[in-house]
Parts: sequence; C-alpha cells; structure tokens
Amino acid sequence: MTLAGSVAQAPRLGVSSHPWVRFGVRRVGRLLVSLWVLVTASFLMIHLIPGDAVRAALGPTAPASLVAAKREEMGLDDPILVQYWHYLQHLVTGDLGTSIVSQLPVSDVVSQRLPATLQLALLAFVVAVAVAVPLGVTMGVLTRRGHGRRTELGFTTTSVVLGTIPDFLVGVGLVYVFGVNLGWLPVAGNDTPSAYVLPVLALAIGPAAILSRIIRVEMVAVLEADFVRTARAKRLPARTVYLRHALPNALTASLTLGGLILSAMVAGTVLVENVFAWPGLGSTIVSSILNKDYQVVQAIVLVYGAGVLLVNTVVDVALALLDPRSMIRED
Amino acid sequence: MKRWLSVLRTPLGLTASVLSAGVLVLAVLAPILWTDDANAVDTGNILAGPSADHWAGTDNLGRDIFYRTLVATRLSVELALAATAVAVVVGLLLGTASFLLGRRIGRLVNAAVNIAVAFPGILLALFFAVIFGVGATGAVFAIGLAGAPAFGRLTQTLVASVGARDYVSAARVAGVGRVRLLFRHVLPNVSEPLVVNATIGAGGALLSFAGLSFLGLGVQQPHYDWGRLLYDGISSIYVNPYAALAPGAAVIVAGLAFNLFGESVAKALGVGVVGGVPALPPSPDALEVEERPAERHHDHDDVVLDVRDLTVTFPGPEGPIHPVRGISFAVRRGEAVGVVGESGSGKSLTALAVSRLVGDPGRVEASRLELLGADLRASDTRAQRHLLGTSLSMVFQDPMTSFNPTQRMGGQLAEVARHHQGLGRRAALARAVDRLRSVRITDPEHRAHQYPHEFSGGMRQRAMIGMGLMGTPALIVADEPTTALDVTVQQQVLDLLTSIRAAEDVALVLISHDVTVVGEVCDRVLVMYAGTIVEDLPAADLAASARHPYTRALLAAVPDMHTDLDAPLATVPGRPVDPADVPVGCAFAARCPLATDRCLAEQPPLETDAAGLRVACWHAGEPIDIAIQDREQVDAR
Amino acid sequence: MTHPMRELRFEDVTVRYGHTTAVDGVSLTVPAGHVVGLVGESGSGKSTLARAAVGLAPMHGGRILLDGEPVPTRGRNRPLQMVFQDPYSSLDPRMSIGESVAEAIPPGASRADRRAEVGRLLELVHLDPARAAARPSELSGGQRQRVALARALAGRPAVVIADEITSALDVSIQGAVLNLVRELQRELGLSMLFISHNLAVVRYVATHVAVMHHGRIVEEGPTAQVLAAPDHDYTRELLAAVPGTQHTKGSPR
Repeated sequence: MTLAGSVAQAPRLGVSSHPWVRFGVRRVGRLLVSLWVLVTASFLMIHLIPGDAVRAALGPTAPASLVAAKREEMGLDDPILVQYWHYLQHLVTGDLGTSIVSQLPVSDVVSQRLPATLQLALLAFVVAVAVAVPLGVTMGVLTRRGHGRRTELGFTTTSVVLGTIPDFLVGVGLVYVFGVNLGWLPVAGNDTPSAYVLPVLALAIGPAAILSRIIRVEMVAVLEADFVRTARAKRLPARTVYLRHALPNALTASLTLGGLILSAMVAGTVLVENVFAWPGLGSTIVSSILNKDYQVVQAIVLVYGAGVLLVNTVVDVALALLDPRSMIRED
Repeated sequence: MKRWLSVLRTPLGLTASVLSAGVLVLAVLAPILWTDDANAVDTGNILAGPSADHWAGTDNLGRDIFYRTLVATRLSVELALAATAVAVVVGLLLGTASFLLGRRIGRLVNAAVNIAVAFPGILLALFFAVIFGVGATGAVFAIGLAGAPAFGRLTQTLVASVGARDYVSAARVAGVGRVRLLFRHVLPNVSEPLVVNATIGAGGALLSFAGLSFLGLGVQQPHYDWGRLLYDGISSIYVNPYAALAPGAAVIVAGLAFNLFGESVAKALGVGVVGGVPALPPSPDALEVEERPAERHHDHDDVVLDVRDLTVTFPGPEGPIHPVRGISFAVRRGEAVGVVGESGSGKSLTALAVSRLVGDPGRVEASRLELLGADLRASDTRAQRHLLGTSLSMVFQDPMTSFNPTQRMGGQLAEVARHHQGLGRRAALARAVDRLRSVRITDPEHRAHQYPHEFSGGMRQRAMIGMGLMGTPALIVADEPTTALDVTVQQQVLDLLTSIRAAEDVALVLISHDVTVVGEVCDRVLVMYAGTIVEDLPAADLAASARHPYTRALLAAVPDMHTDLDAPLATVPGRPVDPADVPVGCAFAARCPLATDRCLAEQPPLETDAAGLRVACWHAGEPIDIAIQDREQVDAR
Repeated sequence: MTHPMRELRFEDVTVRYGHTTAVDGVSLTVPAGHVVGLVGESGSGKSTLARAAVGLAPMHGGRILLDGEPVPTRGRNRPLQMVFQDPYSSLDPRMSIGESVAEAIPPGASRADRRAEVGRLLELVHLDPARAAARPSELSGGQRQRVALARALAGRPAVVIADEITSALDVSIQGAVLNLVRELQRELGLSMLFISHNLAVVRYVATHVAVMHHGRIVEEGPTAQVLAAPDHDYTRELLAAVPGTQHTKGSPR
C-alpha cells in the first residue's frame, strides 16, 4: 500500500528521474562497491596468510637473501597502503604481477587458461537453462492445485537428489559409466568436441535440477495469484493464461534464486575441471594453491569473483526487463 | 515436538530420518569396530578389484577400501558438523547484528553480508582455504566462514520479519530490552526455520568438505575422510573404480540424508496438514440435486442470473467441507443485489461460483445456474467462454494484486477485446483507452502505457471496472470492491458502479462485509451466515424490515452516524461458524438470544412471505431484549 | 492501581522516512481523562504519529510531553501504552496470554502479585482469569484484542493509544470491543488517543476529534461540533464518504 501510494504521488520529473536511469545508476554503484570489496579482499588475501608468503612459496630451504630479494622485488616491505595503491595501479593497467613459481607474468597464465573455463561455464549455463525452463513450467502446470500428486512426488524427489549431488561426484559417476565402463567418451582434456560432453553435463545437471524445481514451485504459486484469477475471469484460453500471464511472473520470481545458482556454476568449474583435467582456470588455481603460488591464486580469485559479479548484474538487468517493479523495489 | 515427529509419516521423510540416524550411528561405531581392518596393509593385494576378502577392493598399499570408507564416516561427519557450527555461530552474529546494535551498524553489516552472499560458497571456501592454509582445521574454518553469509542473511531476513510484527513492538512499548526481546520473542519464533536450515547446511558442509579434500586442500595423509579417499581413488579409476565409487557413494548417501531430512522437516513444519487431504470423488455429469418445481417470482426474460441450490464443496482433512450450502437467488436486469456476511460466511465463494471461477479442488453443484438463460453448469465450451467473457464482468477485492504486474495496463484491457471481439491490436487498444476514459481515468492514452504499480489503488479499481466494460456486460459481480480502499476513494468507486448500472442497465451483485455499503448501493440485500442465506430483504429500510436476529444484531453492532451515544452497542457473543464444523439445526443458534431447543435441532427453511421477502428463522421478528451480553464465554471454542 | 491519567501533548512533531514526510509539524493535545479520536485515511500519518509517541518511529522535530515532561521511550518505565490493529499479530504465538500480560507489568512485583494482577486485568477486560494459560491461537479475534487491551493496562499507563483496534475484527465482534473501550474509559478515567479511519466509530467513543490529512492536522474540536459543522473541505469530504449518509442513490426505487 505504502509503496504504491508513494509511487502514485511521486511527481513526474525530468529524464534524470526516469526509473531506468535511476536503476542504472544504482546498479552500477552496487557493482563498483562489490568490485572494490573483491579487489580489496584479493589484495588482503596474501597479507592475511600467517607467516611469510614468499618464504612459504620458495620453501624452507631457500636462502634468506633470496627471500629478502624477492620481498624487495614484490614491494612487500613497503607500508601496506602503499602496496595497496600499487596493486590498484597495476590492476588498472592489466598487470597482475609475476608468478613466484614459474616466473611468468600472471596475466599470461590467466589469458591462456580463461577461454577453456569460459567455454565450459557458458555451455553448461545454456544447457541448464534450456532444460530447466520448459521442464519447470510444464511440471508447474501439471502439478498445479494438487493435480498430479505422483508426478509431483517423482519430480521433486528426482530433482532434489540430482540437485544435491555435487558436480564433481556427478563427474566421477559420468567418468565411470561413459569412460571406464562404456568407453564412449573421452574423460580428460578439451581436444575434441566429444570431450566437452561429460564436463558440461557434470556441471549442468545439478543446477538444471534445482532451477527446474524452483520454476515449478514459482509457477504453482503464480497460478494461485489474484492476477491469474483475473486472467481467467477474462475467459482467456488456458495457453494464454499460462504463457502470457503466469510465465513471466514465475520467471521473475525464479530469477533471484536462479541467479545465485547460475553464479555458483561459474565457481563449480573449479571442481569439475579437476575431475576432467580440463586446462582451465579451475585446475590452475588448485595447483597454484598447493604450490603456494599466491600471485596466481590472487589473480584467479579476482577473475572468478568478477565473473560472478557479471552474472549477478546480467540477472538483475534481465529481472528489470521482465518486471518493471523490480527496479523500484530495490530503493 | 509432535509436528517434528510427523516427518516420519511421509516415505521420503522416514527414509531420510533412518539414513541420517544410520550415518550418525556409523560415525560413532565404525572407528571403534574397524580401525584395525581399515589400516591393515595387504602387500599381496595392491590396487585389487572387489573380492570376497575386500568387497570394494584395495588401495595402493593394499588397504581395504570398504573398511576405510566406513571408518572415514566419523571424520567426515565431525568435520562437517564443526564447519556447520562455525557457519551457524558466525551467521547468527551477523544476522542479529542489526536487531541488537541498531540501525546504523546493522545496515553496514547487512550490506557486507549481501555482498558476500553473492559469491558462491566454493569460491569463498577457496579464498579462506588459502588464508587458513591447506589441512583439516583450515578447511573447517574455510567452509564454516563460506557458509556464514548465507546463514546470516537467512537469520537477518527472519529476524527482520518477526521483529516487525506487532507483538515485538508491543513488548518494546512495554519497556522490554533488546536482548530479552531477541531471546524471548524473536529467536523462539524463528528457531524452526533456522534449525531446519542448519540441518540442510550440515549436508552441504559434508559435500563441500568432500570437495575440498578431493582437491587435496582438505584432510591430509595419514588421516582420511571420504573426500581424501576419493582424491586417492580417482587416479586409479581405470584400475579399481571402486576405490573412487565407494567413498563417492558414501558422500552422496550421507549428504542426501541430511539434506532430505532437513527438507522433510521443513515441509512437515511449514505446510502443516496439507498433503493428507483426500481428493473429492469425481462428480457425475448428471444433476446431483433434483430440480424442484421452484416457485418463480420473476419473469424469465427479465432474469439475468438464476441460481438454485448452489453448493460449493472443498476437500478437507476430515471429509468434504461445504462453505456454501444450497443457496438460491435470482438477479433481474439492472437490479443491484448485495450479499453481506462475515468472514467464512461463504459470500465470496458464492461470487466465484456464479462466475465459474471456483478452481480445483473445489466443486460447484447446483440444480440451476443460468446466466442470460444459458446453463453455466455445462462444460467449458468456446461459446460459454465468449458469453462469460463479454456478458459477465468481475471486480475483485484487492486492486493491488489483481493486475498482472509485468504487463502494461492498456494491453491487459485490450486483451479482452482482441480475444472475444476479434479486434486488431490497434482497435483493441483504442477501445481500452476509451473504456479507461469511461471510468474517469484522466489522460487515458498515457495511462494505458503505464504498468499497474504506477496507478493508485482507487485508479486500479476503476481500471478493473473498465476492463469489465470491454464487452457489453449484463452483470457485474463485485467481490468486496472497496474493502482495500480508503473511505473517500471507496465512495468514488461505489459512485462509479452506481452510475454504470444506471447508464447501461447492468445488474450488480455486490459482495461486502459492510451492511452500510450494501444498503447504500443496492436494491436488495441477501444476508449470509455459515454458507446459507438467512434473510433476503429490501435495502431501503434495513433496520425496520430486518427480522432475522443475526441481521438485526449486525445492524445494531456497528455504529453509524446516528447511533445513540448513551447506549451500549449490541453485541453478538461467540465467534462465526467454522465451515468445517457446522452445527446441526440453525447455525446461528449458539450465538442467538432467541434460540430455543427447536433451533438447536432443526434447521429453519428459507421461507418466502407474501411480500416476497425471505427469512430462515423459527423466531423471525420476535422482540429481542437488548441486554448487554458483553461477557464472552472464553471456553466456547 | 494505575497511574493517575495525565495530559499528553504533541508539539510540532515531525517524522520523516527517507524523503517522505509522514508527519508534518503536528500539534495535538489529549486532555487528562478524555478520549481524542484521530481520523484520516491510510498514509495520512496518523499511525506514524502514534508510533512516534511510543518510540517506534524516529522523530525529526518537535516534542511529545506528558504533563509538560518529555515522554520516556527507553527503559522500563513506559507511561504510554499502545494497542495495535491486528490482534492476530500483536500477541506472541509462543506465549500464553497470561505471560504476555505479565511481561508488561512493571518489574519489582512478586510472582504471586503478578499472577493476581494478571487475573485482575483479565477480569477487567471480561476474560476468565482461569484462562491465563491459554495460547493466543485458542482465542477469537475479539478475545485477543481484549488481551491486548489488558496488556496495555498492565503497564499502568498514563495514556493509552489505540491504533485501529477494531478494523481487523469481524463486524459482529467490533461492537463488544467498542463497548469495552467506553466502559474502561469511564471506570478508570483513561486518557486515550483513539485512531480510526471510521468516523462513526470515533463519534461513538471520542469526545474530541482531530482530522489528519497528508501528515497534518486539518481540523480539531469537540466531536459533536466537528461532525455537525465541519470547517475544512477534507473533513466534509470524509463525512460525505461515510456509507449510509449518501443521498444520491443510483437506481430509482
């Protein structure tokens, strides 16, 4: 009531108060704050490690002079704010530092490994959404208002089970069935198109199950909404009621949770890549953590974090396109 | 506690409970029983497949995979519980910060939580794993802290919603301090969802831990949890796949058990009795109620809506419920009929039933249900949809929720004309703009391009009426159309309905809980109680012509601008009838000052008198001594 | 047993939420032992004014005084008590009604005294004291509202604020609650700010009335006088909108 009241009373001003402009300003502001938090966290990561990060990376046998020289080179002895300032400066120019282990520029490592991870995440993303939306909507319509109790039980149980099994275990199962047992598909690397099948499936099955379950629940809820009753009172055909009135609202409701799941897929590549020896960022970050190559870890955390923020932003924009109220709700 | 136990009643809940208990028992017993078997090195059997001696084969030192998987249960579960404890404690601190520390600090904490929660758990866990170092302890904190923002956000949402409830405000006003408020009022009322989510979180922590150990970042040799066994087993998957599959299966079973247990508890606590409601038996197409040679008090041509013996049935946990129990009435062309009653009287369901909008699982039966002479009981045909879509229009109670929030107003109106009158997009929109103008919406061209949330409440309700005028309605059914509106706006909407009725000779059925509203707008008033019509009388002079004690009490209980200020208001003791538990005899008897033994035993029929008025009461019109029956019987439940 | 009733005075009170001003420089007096009705539509600021008085809404200007002293909104001593609109949300579902009432009794009393006081208060609102152990879910809406009234009285208030206390109740029950309010007012000499959107209800319980519109008081005075000869256009509009007072019936009879 209060929201609608204040909206209705709000005076009409110039372009600057256009909801899209306000939404854009606010959304970009939030993105910048999140980015700043991310960058700061990744900067602090190295400083929060107990003990000397350089000593840890070079090993206990390295001579003290070498450690000191390396610390000097990396500027680790400067005051922390100075280091922070340099870190930000370097970031802006795309300089991510040098790997302490391989001596290669970190930006080279990242740009070499990023495409494989992007391919994996995007493909899995598309597969998950393409399966979840039609499946969720269909199930929602079939199980509305206590219809299809058995269908609902079967679908919910299956999707809960599939959604709970973590992607790397799905991966292990797929490797066993299709690689070891049947020998149909390759289980490592990304050299052939067929090598994509198992990793993409491993990454997409869980999110597709969860997403379709969310969409079903939202669809069932939306079909109970007053405005759907209004649509039925207009005596529109069932198809129009479902697709024109219910679906967009079910999707907006699902998107908020769905966004979290989709951004979790970005991070899910870490584990899946390790199952399938996928030459991407995920396998690199794990080996770098084990090798204590913190410069590389720092950079990859940054890239993953940025990827998540990107997904979140895209979801919010999609939400605003689907449901104009969501732009105001955030106020 | 009883509600928690109801988890065991569903097959899924029972399975999950048994599995969870099994995992916990195994975690306690396995290391005591089988540690030696798990550590025994069999050098003759390195990386062997399954055999009678080693059910899941052996690892690269010839140790038995099966026993190692069993023994690993304890460490896996312990670590998961430890990580969950970290997540819950930190999450509770974060989530209650804004309640305890005040708005300013709370806002800062909430902003931080909102940023952190956007990052997936595994990414946060990796981040913290780097800081805390590789190993089991580091991983406990990593996974715990990674789960904290999500738990914190949940807590914060729950605490905010309970904290905004009036009983918390009331306790604040009474001078109860913040800490006591939190522990006495807020936390007890959010504890159930928190416990449920912590259980689900434990399942998640178990899986995450397996993930970290699988990456080599969690448990280190010589200790082993399931994830570590997986890490060791995956490299030899072509030699002995069971070295990976056995611990993998254990992780899945345990993770699923906790997860499903949590979900089943959530369902058992949240959804309550639903699920045990049996469906209604299928209704035969033939008439259930015999058509009586009902007396006709109207010319058939003149009647817009004719309803006989209308019953609405819903399935309930203890058999079918009949919120509407056999009512009959007719509405003539241009006539305005008001239906009044309290919540649960069945008035709104009556409106939905005559409009054929009672959805599953409800069922509508009648010996006659006709709109403009067409039988609405027939199955849903195109012709019937056309008739209903153009001749009957609905106005619902809440204009805030009755429009599709994702579509522009103009389109929602135009849809009717496009579908039922076959107009093109442009013509339909032009008609929509015209209709908006006809319900006195200023600048309708501009308004048609706006979304519902850009309209005020009164404007939306007028637009809803305008939508009903897209066709050429013979009947408008308005279900509490002004209840959600302010008084001055309410008057505009009532005026609009009145003028449309006069101008287009449209009949109106107005459902309301407010006798005065109905008395002002309508020609005739139907009073409903417990699913039946108890009185049917002209609206002109309600106070003088009311004969049913309930109608008379309703009129006397609500003050109007002429109420005697020195006399107490009449009261109706007790509470309205629960549709699931309608007493025999007259449903109003328990609250009625005139009730006799006959009223308790025999339901009075709705009798028509010489003047065409109807009343269902054995003591209609008898004088009531308006003594103050102020003392409610508290134990009359 | 209760505080002697005192005079509540709002002086130039302003409440803002973000950029919207909900209450805009309101001055209003509730004389000792009188009931002042506050009418207005949703969003007019009447509930916000009440919440500001008991410390639930932040004030951005002005003062709220009790016999000339600022009203305390912290600590255990709360001379202002409030009864909320929705009796289904104003009682903690996990507490018995006796506990809810007892919680509002000022500290210091012995356990036996508290129990006796709870019994006395329930008796006062015509509820059976033997039912003190009942949960709110066992009570009807009207009975719950009686409990809420008893809880407000338990704090021995100098002034009681009633915020739309009948609008969530079924019509057959409203009358009983209004009778109770009048009876309590007469027996205890309560000072009361009675908030309602319903002019007929205010007319029935209040000796004075103030009309609120867009965060301001547009008219106030003795109830009979304001209703008989309203000064302000908005008051006239409100009066005209009361159902049953309309003279233009749409259909010819």
